[in-house]
Amino acid sequence: MNSRVQEKIAFTLLSLAAFVVALPVALVPAYILFRGHEALTWEFFTKPPVNGMMEGGIMPAIVGTLYLVAGVVLISVPLGVIAAVYLTEYAKQGAWTRIVRLAIINLAGVPSVVYGLFGLGLFVLFLKFQTSLLSGVLTLSVLVLPIVISSTEEALRVVPSSYREASLALGATRWQTLSNVVIPQAMGGILTGTVLAVGRAAGETAPILFTCAAFYLPSLPHSLKDPIMALPYHLYVVATQLPDAPPRIQWGTALVLLIIVFLFNALAAIFRARLRKQYRW
Amino acid sequence: MEVAVSRTGEEKVFPRPKLQPPAPSTSRRSARIADTIAGMVIRVGGSLGLVLLLLIFLFLVKEAIPFLSEYSPAKFVSGTQWYPTSEPAIFGLVPLFVGSLWVTVISVVIAVPLGVAGATFLSELASPAVRNWLKPAVELLAGIPSVVFGFVGMLVVAPYIKKAFNLPTGLSALTGGVILAFMALPTIVTVAEDALNAVPRSFREASLAMGATRWQTLSRVLLPAASSGLIAAIMLGVGRAIGETMTVLMVTGNASMITGSPLDPVRTMTATIAAEMGETVQGGAHYHALFTIGFVLFVISFLINLVSDAALSRVRSQRAR
Repeated sequence: MNSRVQEKIAFTLLSLAAFVVALPVALVPAYILFRGHEALTWEFFTKPPVNGMMEGGIMPAIVGTLYLVAGVVLISVPLGVIAAVYLTEYAKQGAWTRIVRLAIINLAGVPSVVYGLFGLGLFVLFLKFQTSLLSGVLTLSVLVLPIVISSTEEALRVVPSSYREASLALGATRWQTLSNVVIPQAMGGILTGTVLAVGRAAGETAPILFTCAAFYLPSLPHSLKDPIMALPYHLYVVATQLPDAPPRIQWGTALVLLIIVFLFNALAAIFRARLRKQYRW
Repeated sequence: MEVAVSRTGEEKVFPRPKLQPPAPSTSRRSARIADTIAGMVIRVGGSLGLVLLLLIFLFLVKEAIPFLSEYSPAKFVSGTQWYPTSEPAIFGLVPLFVGSLWVTVISVVIAVPLGVAGATFLSELASPAVRNWLKPAVELLAGIPSVVFGFVGMLVVAPYIKKAFNLPTGLSALTGGVILAFMALPTIVTVAEDALNAVPRSFREASLAMGATRWQTLSRVLLPAASSGLIAAIMLGVGRAIGETMTVLMVTGNASMITGSPLDPVRTMTATIAAEMGETVQGGAHYHALFTIGFVLFVISFLINLVSDAALSRVRSQRAR
């Protein structure tokens, strides 16, 4: 076969593959929107489920997911950023940091259900936090911690070392250099990574399965020790445990979950766009 | 003392400036104190975060040991039946492992060619405009929660597969594998594209200068040169598929049997943990057995990550060249 013809065929196939890859990105959200949009009424967002979850809204599940997200932001973001700053700016680079980095990379690949087991073993049972918002927040925080650490490290590393050297040469202390020069420069990257990580926490089901999620609760949680309803688990429940649940409620729940997760992705995209404008070195 | 000669010829003596830091002003002192405190907080906080990460491993081992000391590890690893609630309970890993294997193999067979082709398209063929659309789209695919994929798979993909193969149920290893393929794609595309971009420009230029077509350059120079990165991409895709829980729990039918057909329902290791942990007696044999499966998953993902990390560090050294 002529090499030009060969090239034509190969390139057509490659383009086709790219099309197939992109297809579900368009189809899945579009179909969920198509099936679920009529559920999005004021009542759906503001009312708890009633009548054995056959009617009513999903307000407690939305609130539960927002609580989880807020908790994860409060715990994993400071801890993750501090750990990353320590690793890139303070720790002596050598065997120890290599091992730690390898551990972090590996932990980012550990299946989420294993984090659920860990949360059950440590937070729910060993520390006796019970099945509660607190246990769920801590489990999800541990899950996203490696992601926050590695994205923050990445963001810190791209700040040119000449910036640090210039600041130190002017007599600034290490902390002044860090807080006035390095972290502001890396902020865009840190925000992008953490927002994506938190968005992931919002959509996770397996880690909250045995640490905080409740099938149905008549009221919102009053304290950190109460179990909560959460959107991803609620979707699992109405999809698999209640086969007679009206499709309107099933697809509506999926749509709301998807909207929340996409909002985080959009936020990350905005940060990244700003980041591109800002980097001029 | 420094000596300088003035214009008139007289020797004049200038006092040498004292090479001492100026008397520490309050702002400087407080800056130094802030530095010390910040350094301490960062060291402690940093180590704390890392210690927390290592705890996971220890806790899995801690909860798995009671099971492995009571129930023989050999019987667990080679057992072909999983009946955790029968009397006596039988804990055999093989059917669950085979379930995970089926789902993973199917997803890899679909996702690897598609993903590598997609990455090649992105890095070599796509115009900047197409790229700027396609890349965020692929990342968005990674953002869709697994329970949503499971839900759509259950209600849309499974009935279609049921009809296409004339099956009693659409919930099968094939359904799980197909959906997992799309969930693994973002990982594979992103890492493979990075690998292709890391190939030095001179490779491409040399090949084109020799009169090779773009496709010849791509297939015989760029893809082989990027092979370490492609291996990493495949391994990470495998890791994603083997660890996925909610999707397989919802679409694979959850029958713990050893099957030779991808059209049969299967039960994976991850789905077993998710489905059964809620019903076990905490501290019982079944509970510890599920932790042991978790430990097995941990080890598998650890090995996969080690291989991909080794491959990736080769990519990095190539980029540095």
